[in-house]
Parts: sequence; structure tokens; C-alpha cells
Amino acid sequence: MTQTLLPVALANYVGLSAVIFFIGVAGVMLRRNPLVMLMSIELMWNAANLLFLAFARAWMNDAGHIFAFLVITVAAAEAAIGLAIVVAVFRTARNVDVDEVALMKG
Amino acid sequence: MILFWGLAIVLIGSAVWVVAAKKPVHSVVGLLLHFAALAILYLSLSAEFLAVVQIIVYSGAILVLFLFVIALLSSGVAPFSMGPNRMPKAAVPAAILALIALGLFVYGVSRGVPAHPVPIAAAAPVGPVGAPGVFGSVADFGRALFTANLLPFEITAFILMVAVVGVVLLAGDAAPYVPSRKRARRAEREMREAALRGGDTQ
Repeated sequence: MTQTLLPVALANYVGLSAVIFFIGVAGVMLRRNPLVMLMSIELMWNAANLLFLAFARAWMNDAGHIFAFLVITVAAAEAAIGLAIVVAVFRTARNVDVDEVALMKG
Repeated sequence: MILFWGLAIVLIGSAVWVVAAKKPVHSVVGLLLHFAALAILYLSLSAEFLAVVQIIVYSGAILVLFLFVIALLSSGVAPFSMGPNRMPKAAVPAAILALIALGLFVYGVSRGVPAHPVPIAAAAPVGPVGAPGVFGSVADFGRALFTANLLPFEITAFILMVAVVGVVLLAGDAAPYVPSRKRARRAEREMREAALRGGDTQ
């Protein structure tokens, strides 16, 4: 039996995703700890992923799953690189406050 | 439907916890809760493979990476302050900006979420979890990934390799690419001597 109905309307998923995304945005803007900023970026990645999967399910299209898979991979790479940068900055500056670290300031 | 709203509350609450927690470790715990709830939501969207990947990659790998970095940075000679660490002056403008952006987003969505762009009568049925031929099953996902989307999959592998190399370069050694002063001076001297020798032979 072909059943295409979502558990709830698609707009609810979009709204939930938007709320999570902007919580992540607020985290990046408000926090000065780079670790928490990276975690907020992870929240944003996941909000986008939720949208991909909701639309894939609503439109019965596998492409959303493929793209969500790519997003997870890129998010993993981003987290690894970001944390390596945090460690490298901490080694040189002994400080990880993003407002205090101004190595690249001209 | 109850599942969706319950998960929505958990997701938003844990996201706020991630952003507002005083210690990064608490943020990691909030993020763990967030990812677990998100995996359940993915299952309800019949994306079973991605639900499992979410648990393995995010909860298993990325969060452990965060924990390791927190432990590493906290155990150094100069433990960095893990306090509230907020910018009081920026809080109000940032919150206003975020709310404006959210309002714009909600306005855009309220004008209508795009409906099915194509007839989906031929789509695979949604059925019990795991059966091949059912939408979102692991078998179908694997077939789609390794046939039509093989190139993106290979690019994924390349991205991961580049990330690994980059991480090793960034954090593997204290200063991998900066030659020591002695070595630089020796190289300079050798170059000068070679130039002199070259000048003699001419």
C-alpha cells in the first residue's frame, strides 16, 4: 500500500528545523567559547539535515537521503578540522576566547 | 503526532541547553540528547539508515572528539576559563537579529510549503522498517548511493581524506611546517655556497 502522508504536516518540520537552526545561530553569535560555537554549528547542520529528510519523505525521493548523508560527512570533517584549529590556537596563544585571539589581525 | 511534538520539545530544549550551558561538557550532554531525539525523528521519517548513521557518527565519533578536546584543553598548565563567557553587550542585538531572521523564515514558510512537485504514484511504498523495496530502507539507500550517486560518494571519501591530512598537519605536531632557525640558516648558507661555487666555475 502506498502511503505518502507524513506523521504531521510538512510545515511543522520546517518550523522545527528553523527554530533549531536559529538557536544554533544565536549560539554562534552569543558564545565566545569556540567549542560551544562549534557545537552550535553542529546544531545548524542537523537542522538542515532534518529538512532534507522531511522533504525526502514528503516527496518520496531518495535524493534527500543521499544529500543528508553527504551533509553528515562534511559535518564530521568540519568538526575534526575545527577542533584541530582550536587545539592549535590553544597551543600558541594559551587562550581560546575568540575575542582575545587576534593572531590574524593586521 | 504525539511522537513529533514530544521530540520537538526535547529537540528545542536540548538545543537551548547546548547554547546556554555554562560548561562545555554540559553542552556535549545536551548535544547527545539532541542527536538521540533527532535519530528517533529520522526513524519516524523512514530514514532508518541515516538514523543509525546519526547515532554512530554524531554520538559516537563527533561528540567523543569534542570530549577529548575539552579534556585536552582543560588538563593543560593554563586551564582556560569555562565560565558563562557571554558577551553581554552583544546579547540583545544578536537575539534581535536571530528573532528577525526567524520571523522572516516563518513568513516565507507561511506563504506555503512547496507540495509534491511530481506525481508520486510510482513511488515506493512506506511499510514496515527494513524490508527492501520499501521507501528509505537500507537496501534502497545503498542501491541509490552506489549506482546513481557514486560520484558524490567518492567525493565524500576524498573530503574525509583531506580532513584527516589537515587535522594531522594542524594538530599533529607543534609546528610542522616552520623549519627551525638553525636548519633555515644552514639551508641559506648552503644555498649561498652553492651560488658562490657556481660563480667560480663560470
